[in-house]
Amino acid sequence: MLLAASESEGGFHAPSIADFFPPAILFEGTIFQIDRIWIIRIVATIVLLTIFVVAARRARLVPGRFQNAIEMMLDFVRVQIVEEIMGKEHAKRFVPMITTIFFAVLAFNLTGIIPGLNMAGTARMGLPFLLALWVLVTYWAVGIKAHGLGGYLKNSLFPPGIPAPIYLIVTPIELLQILIIRPASLAIRLVANMVAGHIMLVLCFAATQYFVFEAVPAMKAFGVLTLAGGLIFTLFELLVAALQAYIFALLASVYLNIALEEEH
Amino acid sequence: MTALADAALTLAAETGEEPAGIDLFLPAGYDILWSAVVLVIIAVVFYKAVLPKFQAVLDERTAKIEGGLAKAESAQAEAAAALAEYHQQLQEARTEAAKIREEARAEGSAIVSDLRAKASDDAARIVETAHRQIEAERQQAAVSLRNDVGLLATELASKIVGESLADSARQSRVVDRFLDELEAAGPAAASAAGTGPGTEER
Repeated sequence: MLLAASESEGGFHAPSIADFFPPAILFEGTIFQIDRIWIIRIVATIVLLTIFVVAARRARLVPGRFQNAIEMMLDFVRVQIVEEIMGKEHAKRFVPMITTIFFAVLAFNLTGIIPGLNMAGTARMGLPFLLALWVLVTYWAVGIKAHGLGGYLKNSLFPPGIPAPIYLIVTPIELLQILIIRPASLAIRLVANMVAGHIMLVLCFAATQYFVFEAVPAMKAFGVLTLAGGLIFTLFELLVAALQAYIFALLASVYLNIALEEEH
Repeated sequence: MTALADAALTLAAETGEEPAGIDLFLPAGYDILWSAVVLVIIAVVFYKAVLPKFQAVLDERTAKIEGGLAKAESAQAEAAAALAEYHQQLQEARTEAAKIREEARAEGSAIVSDLRAKASDDAARIVETAHRQIEAERQQAAVSLRNDVGLLATELASKIVGESLADSARQSRVVDRFLDELEAAGPAAASAAGTGPGTEER
């Protein structure tokens, strides 16, 4: 990393962790600090909300093409994720939450491959952290509401059918699960995927730039290869963006469902 | 955690150092704040505007489709009921027509037989009247013939005998006797003409 930073003046610009902490534009050092990722998130939010608000405004009984596409996505979340995991009766309560999570994650993931933005809004921990926190708080609340605090803890920490001494090992693990591992895995999986995707893309495009404009003529042909790599990784990131949104929403549903139905 | 990250970042900014890899997973305060802002905005819009609207549209559509199906079903049932009723009415009409036809036939045959009886009565009456008339005329003819024959015979006899039978009583008696003798002589011939009973002598 230090090597990459030292040769950032001209030559090959390797991606670095510094990419995810761009210089502040306003209010540097305060809690209100505004930077490039802030702008990316605002743009993504505006686009996402514009699409859905317009779709909702124009929603008719007989859908047009645009409405069909939006409804297909909403149905995907409702049917393929929430109802599939929780069953229809529980699903109703959580469809708005999971839908919001899915589309927020999807929108912020997609900014990673949009030219000009070039950075996933979820590539920095703040958003995934909050989403995971939301899921954490919700499944605790749901579990406590369904079984009482004691019931929920007993269900979660003391799974039945295990010899008593094993609880010495199992119970702390389960406690870690419901307190840290589940939400942390949600958030870190998402961030890590987006960081890795960004680094791969930057690597490909920076190398192309370097090979085509700065390398010795004999090396220029490599630019074609790296450009092709960039194209492939862009498509791959498109897949990953959708996949990670799906996984986040799916696991959130699974965790909610576990808390709801933990009745052994 | 966030304070720690903040400190690390500030430190990094102050010393101009590259942020460490762990910073990727330790959200800074400003990161969380702004993430919360956009997330709350998105959540509010989705919860309050987008999803209820789509839910309403979907519910309405479901209701429309269900309503349409129910309507079609009831229409079909109605049609079936109407068809059954129609068939029943047709059957009733047929039965009634048959009944009317039967009645008409019976009435017609009654009328015919009635007329036939009346006609034969008339015919019998006409025949009887004719018989009576003929009998009366025969009587009349017989009476006048008797007178004429008597007269003629008397005249012929007086001419032949040359004797005038002036006395009308005697004359009549002679004629009667003569005719009685005549009738007694040929009763078979006289009874052949007299068919009606009790009309022999008048």
